[in-house]
Amino acid sequence: MRAVVQIVSWIACAATLLPPLLFLFGCLKLDAAKHWMVFSTIVWFAVTSLWMGRKQGRFAAPKS
Amino acid sequence: MADDELEPQSEFEREPVPQRALLGFKSFIGMYAGEHTAGTELMIGPLFVAHGVSAFDVIIGLLLGNLLAVLSWTYLTAPIATRRRLTLYYQLEKICGQRLVTLYNLANGIMFCFLAGAMVTVSATAVGVWIDFPMPGLNDVYPNSLGWVLSVLGVGAAIAVVAAYGYETVSKIANIAAPWMVVVFVAFGMVGFRQFVDVTGTQIRSFDDFWQLASTVIWKGGEPLPGRIRFTFWHVTFFAWFCNMAMHVGMSDLSVFRFAHKSWYGIASASGMYLGHFLAWIAASILYAYQLHLNPNDTNVLPGPLAYRACGLAGLVCVVIAGWTTANPTIYRAGLAFQAIRPQTSRFVVTLVTGMVAAVAGMFPAIAMKLLDFVALYGMLLMPMGAVVFIDFWLIQKLGLHSDYAERSGTNWNWAAGLTWFLTLGTCYCLVQFAGVQIFFVSLPGWFVAAALYVLLSKLVQRRTPQGEIVESSVHSGG
Repeated sequence: MRAVVQIVSWIACAATLLPPLLFLFGCLKLDAAKHWMVFSTIVWFAVTSLWMGRKQGRFAAPKS
Repeated sequence: MADDELEPQSEFEREPVPQRALLGFKSFIGMYAGEHTAGTELMIGPLFVAHGVSAFDVIIGLLLGNLLAVLSWTYLTAPIATRRRLTLYYQLEKICGQRLVTLYNLANGIMFCFLAGAMVTVSATAVGVWIDFPMPGLNDVYPNSLGWVLSVLGVGAAIAVVAAYGYETVSKIANIAAPWMVVVFVAFGMVGFRQFVDVTGTQIRSFDDFWQLASTVIWKGGEPLPGRIRFTFWHVTFFAWFCNMAMHVGMSDLSVFRFAHKSWYGIASASGMYLGHFLAWIAASILYAYQLHLNPNDTNVLPGPLAYRACGLAGLVCVVIAGWTTANPTIYRAGLAFQAIRPQTSRFVVTLVTGMVAAVAGMFPAIAMKLLDFVALYGMLLMPMGAVVFIDFWLIQKLGLHSDYAERSGTNWNWAAGLTWFLTLGTCYCLVQFAGVQIFFVSLPGWFVAAALYVLLSKLVQRRTPQGEIVESSVHSGG
């Protein structure tokens, strides 16, 4: 389960970068890029807080 | 909250870090990348543009200056840290004595307060995006509106309370935000660059096209803005090298690298330098250059509005989090430095008061608007003690003198170290005031002055101490 939320997190991180990248290459309007960035930001913080730095709980890092 | 909860690495403060507590290379990469992608990067990049940098000077100067900073961590700080594995404070106490370290703590704490004040200023500029009030201009020294004062006080008080109550929570948010913040900084650069392409109608088909746009439109060089000196290649290089001087040459990061397995882990600092002090500065400078391109009279450096125009709400959140998460540990560290002076005072009260002092400092835009000068001053102020640590470790025994002199002689004020500090600062002051050496460069000759002074003064001071009063130490230095 932890691996799944981690993948979602990193996809959200990449998705925060993608809209400005598309804007750079002229494939997306700036306003649309801004909206997508907000959406990806919300997903990043919501999902990453489930696993990053967690010592206990469902998404905690496995003990070595 | 218990003190040990507040301070995750409070162990081994008065003993060498044991083998079992050492950290891997990746820990240092993450730590430096997070710590040096801060709210103040959004001020520094634009201020380069205000100082009239050219494209070559800013890009190559930053590449070289950051390389010198990484080498300083790798060859000056980390080798001593991994051999002695002590905090800077404990090592200084052994060399300088308790009372001199107290003075050092006071100086360090005050500088941390002002630095945190600049971070509060950065976060407070985000408030101005939603609420309409006059924001400070580039050359403003004092607060210029009630709205600005209230906004800084509100943000500063929130940061102070959180720093005093919930250091752990903010530290977690900082960790979560770090990778995302780097991405948003990259986004600032990409959006700003595309906006330049659109507004100038430039076609980018080759590197030459890019360089033409960069050198003639974005970083044009030439005259700086009024009230600023012209920044050359050497200004940029030395600024990038010395902006963290307190940490590498000044040896503050002995406390960090004492946890490293090997001294070459010092190169992990490259993550912070090239993400925060190259990429983020370049990106922020592009946003400001674009603002000036649209309206040359709009010289205000306001990270909130700059970020909002480029990346909308995500950009604004980045400004708030970048300022908040870096002000938080800075206030906390300042509180620790002050608490070391009055250990009986509660850490909660000290941190709260420190945070409010930082908030008051943040009301004065001069600190943030003159951040380049302030950072250079900060490094210069603490640099002489780094030279003392370096000479004490590598050279002093080779010259037939005693290292860790305060500990061995039982003094709480080593005059050799104290006078080295004061005379070096006096020399630097004279070089700046009377010899025309700018503050950005003075720390380089200053370091050699400090090193020479410490050797000479140690000879004088130790000759006057009867040999019977010197205790032989079991800890060997690098000499």
